[in-house]
Amino acid sequence: MNIGIKDPTAINEEEQQTPTFEAKATWGSALRFMVVMAVLLGLVYPLATTTVGGWLFPEQSQGSLVRDADGRVIGSSLVSQTFVSDEYFIGRPSAAGNDAGGVSGSNLAPSNEALRERAQADAQAIAQREGVSVDQIPVDLITASGSGVDPHILLPAAELQVARVAQAREIDEASVTELIDQALENTGWLGSPVVNVLRLNVSLDERFPVATTTSSVIPVE
Amino acid sequence: MNDMIAIYAVVALLSVPLGIYIAFALSTQTNRLDTLFGVIEKPIYRLAGVNSQHAMTWQVYALAILKLHVGLILLAWLVFMCQGLLPLNPDGIPGMPWDTALHTAVSFATNTNQQHYSGQAQLSHLSQTFAIVTLQFLTPATGLAVLVAIARTLLVAKPAKVLNGVGNYYHDLTRTVVRVMLPLAAVVALLLTWQGVPASYQAAHQVEMLDPQVEEVQTIPLGPVASMVAIKQLGTNGGGWYGPNSSVPLENPTPLANVIETASLTLIPVALLIAIALISGRRRLMMGIGAVMIAFSLISTSVVVYSERMPNAALIELSQPGANLEGKELRFGTDLSALWGSWTTQTSNGSVNAMHDSFNPMGGMMLLMDMFVNVTFGGVGVGLIGFFLYLMLAAFVGSLMVGRSPELFGKPLETREMRWISLAILAQPLVILGLSALTVAMPNAAANSNPGFHGLSQVLYEFTSAFANNGSGFEGLGDDTTWWNIACVVALLIGRFLPMLVPLAVAGWLAAKRTAPAGRGTLPMDSPAFMGLTAGVIVIVNLLGFLPALVLGPIAESVVQGF
Repeated sequence: MNIGIKDPTAINEEEQQTPTFEAKATWGSALRFMVVMAVLLGLVYPLATTTVGGWLFPEQSQGSLVRDADGRVIGSSLVSQTFVSDEYFIGRPSAAGNDAGGVSGSNLAPSNEALRERAQADAQAIAQREGVSVDQIPVDLITASGSGVDPHILLPAAELQVARVAQAREIDEASVTELIDQALENTGWLGSPVVNVLRLNVSLDERFPVATTTSSVIPVE
Repeated sequence: MNDMIAIYAVVALLSVPLGIYIAFALSTQTNRLDTLFGVIEKPIYRLAGVNSQHAMTWQVYALAILKLHVGLILLAWLVFMCQGLLPLNPDGIPGMPWDTALHTAVSFATNTNQQHYSGQAQLSHLSQTFAIVTLQFLTPATGLAVLVAIARTLLVAKPAKVLNGVGNYYHDLTRTVVRVMLPLAAVVALLLTWQGVPASYQAAHQVEMLDPQVEEVQTIPLGPVASMVAIKQLGTNGGGWYGPNSSVPLENPTPLANVIETASLTLIPVALLIAIALISGRRRLMMGIGAVMIAFSLISTSVVVYSERMPNAALIELSQPGANLEGKELRFGTDLSALWGSWTTQTSNGSVNAMHDSFNPMGGMMLLMDMFVNVTFGGVGVGLIGFFLYLMLAAFVGSLMVGRSPELFGKPLETREMRWISLAILAQPLVILGLSALTVAMPNAAANSNPGFHGLSQVLYEFTSAFANNGSGFEGLGDDTTWWNIACVVALLIGRFLPMLVPLAVAGWLAAKRTAPAGRGTLPMDSPAFMGLTAGVIVIVNLLGFLPALVLGPIAESVVQGF
């Protein structure tokens, strides 16, 4: 494959020895080139892909919002929420208070004493709330996610909470387990199954509404 | 496991046709692509007032790069500081302070994307697109352009005709952007939108949380996120829309999105091995380079995957035994977080889908070592350019070992070349260790958030990431201070332009020299033995430079913890 660039000066031997180059690196062409590229790449490209994407995928492009029966936005299936009441499943600890406006991980190193202190407090609160010993708690419930808005927990972490939620809502455990199955995501060939906590809690409220909520422990965070 | 197979398969299957396409797209022989893309390219040349057919000497080529980048840095700096007064700012975000804005502008203009701010809260939609997305296209395209210029000048065994220049920067840059980057990014952006990455110019939603006992209001920031994430991943950029990058579900929502984004990390760097093999005709050489890169990559990835499957030392006996999930997302788990972490540091990308600060010490150390080496695939274009730099050093060492005067592809390597090659290689430990030492020596300058050995690792990681033009971080670091912003700007600029332009200069200098015919004593550069020597040179140079610092940081942390 010939990749030689067209070179007007390389016509014969004599000219080769005294090359004269027409191409100069002027400020004018650099700045004009910059403006043209900034308009193409910084305005036209995002506008084009965002418009086409919004038209093809109206739900996903607007943040995968979850709405209630009246159409009011109550969250996003991609953003976790804070739950403290016994009537709800509780997600992972969050270094961001479950606010996507302030997304953040804990950034605590394994060697940092502060990480152990936080995890200890979380583990004790969970053990008290679910009535289990600390060594029965799945590790995802005491580790903060990278984003601070991880919307998921693993299946064992959901199963741990079934008895408490069923009792608080005065329903049988089987109907809660059934809703967990419906809130499972990533059950296909890719990924491993996870439970979407917000979707699970929304479906609980729809199927088994409660008038008031209670909380047995002082919320951590 | 399925995800990992899918990611490796996508890269393996797509990089070959993409490499062939890149070689074809950047060829200056007239071909059918010219008619198709000429519709966009010709107006660009006309509006910019450049003649893309005129060759540049390496000096003019380098000068054109520097002038364009000075303009880009000033433009981005201005946009960040004035964003409060400019349009496309639905959330009413005010202008950035001058030092954060300068650091951000330089960081994106050097293909680093180190972020001392949180995008969703501190940048308007205009800053995120007009300033940042523009740089996310132009900087990898510049790396690719310089690589092709070097390949034309240095590698082509028998040039069809004698070249007086290395190519035309605007020609190479425009073709890379229009023919390679834009079509790829548009496809990836739409795939990601389908998976749930926002594509919108709407303002953020304010939502009351479902639990009536929780009073906090939640913000759900939106924007033209998908268009940015696509080029962020493809162009070894790494700077995301949201602060914690692709760990945020809005930026990386599903396992399929994660497969697409992870594969995009390495796709172009791997494809360039094939493209350069075709452009230069040196297939055995590029196969050898590829073998070294794949070996380095597999070692690094295995170590990080193993490390993150181990429990987090802080959480022992506080739960059921499990892998280190602190700072990781459950839809990925530890393996896919470790794979992303090792690939993002190998390719100089720097996007993350988990928090590196909370990795186990051995995993964190491997990420640091990936960035020291920085040529395991490396950034778009600059990865191979960096490898050529080591290749030149290995040719020098190897020639002396067999008792020949040093030469590279039949051209003599003399004092001027070796002086600059040594400087480009030694600048890395000098800048990283020098600035780290200065920072920890000054009271309060370090602003590290973790105590002890890991605190030193945080400082070391930040400067390593800046010099390697990576952009990831041990993000607990309180790095939005004037000291960090200015010190990182120094590391960013030296780390970008010295290792990129020195090989271009060497290629230009060598092209002007007479070729010595290959004889029996010539060092066969495409032999496995020489590739082994090059790999050895890379490992030895980096261990000599950084082992003491690693002992004080992650190794000490690991020993204290017992694994």
